[in-house]
Amino acid sequence: MTFTSKVVQLVLLEARLEWKNKQSITALLIYSFASIFVTYLAFQQTIDLTTWNSLFWLIMLFASTNAIAKSFLQDSKGLQLYYYSMLSPKHIIIAKIIYNLILLSGLSLVNFFIFQLVFSITIDQLAQYLLSILLGSIGLSTVLTMVAGIVSKANNNAALLAILGFPLLFPLLSIIIQCSMNAISGFDWIVNQQLFIVLISLNLITVLLSYLLFPYLWRE
Amino acid sequence: MDSFYKNKIARAWWWKIIAIVCLVYTCYYGFVGKVPAMVVLHETIRNLYFHVTMWMAMMLLMLINAIYSIKYLSSLNRYHDIVAEESGKMAMVFAAAGLITGMVWANYTWGAPWTNDPQLNGTAATILMYAAYFILRNAIPDENKKAKIASVYAIFAFVMMYVFIMVIPKMYNSLHPGKGGNPGFNKYDLDSNMRMVFYPAVIGWCLLGTWLMSLNVRIRRIKDITEEN
Repeated sequence: MTFTSKVVQLVLLEARLEWKNKQSITALLIYSFASIFVTYLAFQQTIDLTTWNSLFWLIMLFASTNAIAKSFLQDSKGLQLYYYSMLSPKHIIIAKIIYNLILLSGLSLVNFFIFQLVFSITIDQLAQYLLSILLGSIGLSTVLTMVAGIVSKANNNAALLAILGFPLLFPLLSIIIQCSMNAISGFDWIVNQQLFIVLISLNLITVLLSYLLFPYLWRE
Repeated sequence: MDSFYKNKIARAWWWKIIAIVCLVYTCYYGFVGKVPAMVVLHETIRNLYFHVTMWMAMMLLMLINAIYSIKYLSSLNRYHDIVAEESGKMAMVFAAAGLITGMVWANYTWGAPWTNDPQLNGTAATILMYAAYFILRNAIPDENKKAKIASVYAIFAFVMMYVFIMVIPKMYNSLHPGKGGNPGFNKYDLDSNMRMVFYPAVIGWCLLGTWLMSLNVRIRRIKDITEEN
């Protein structure tokens, strides 16, 4: 099998496992709906666009940390041994990143529409905002998947994911909040162009780093 | 483990003499040397020798940390991991020193010790990253596993830190001298008197950091030997 087909198979396997046990994905959705509702109750209708945008990304940050925390936990010892004998670590990290990316983009789109609905916010440049959501999901999924891999080797301490992951996410989040704020304010593509390029290159760097460094974690 | 002590530069004394000479020179001329009269900054411009140089020493130590982490992953030599850990610790010391000198200075120049400045945020993030690095190290009991996992995190953190400190501040305006139209020490107004002190100060602080780090590495080595016997 080629590299791509192996990765595709792994992503499908991940999705099937998730689907078989719908509990975790439901829990994730309820977690984010509950956070949205809490912010709605706390802020009522008095919210400005900047706060709305920052709150959206904060909810996404916590929801994605929750979503990815289990990505290495749910694999049993036996399954890991099986992977170890059949696959190279590069397949596994790429498959996990792609799977988490799909999960997070779905989650962020759902969150976005609900969050937009309850606060009745109109976004001037919807296409730009959606693009920044997609790029943000890529960044969040890559960094957090890699850190979850690190944490899975360090006694699976749940608090460790946030401690290790959040500082690494600061650059990504500060750019993405700026970028999506420009989209809300209705600036033209030209204004955001530079930020999008920085985001794409940041994502490329993180994917490349995970791809190169994960084999060292896997081979213990 | 022994490779460090076969390393002639680490054992040599001449660069330690240079460090002392540079620092004594910096401390004397840093306070009595001539500085250009500038609005806003006035005499606080002397902080250039004691604040900016801290960051340079910190960046050097973080670079050493990243290089030795890469070296550890390719060689699995425990000594490389010790150097990485000790340089990380020393980088934290210099980060704290840089932060404190910066905050004292900002309190008098900007009127507040902490402002929402991209460089300050970058620094705070860097300190958190390296704090997380040490928390990760303490979370894993097994020595070899600890070294490997911490090296992977250190490399990741270094790249992110570099993006945060070097790339992002360029995209926004900063309150820092010389940025966003503020008066400062760019090539047009850093006069030759200041250069004469600034460059030795950079060399002196960087060498001092490396020296302290190498002393810590030697202490670790002695501990290792006494534990073995």
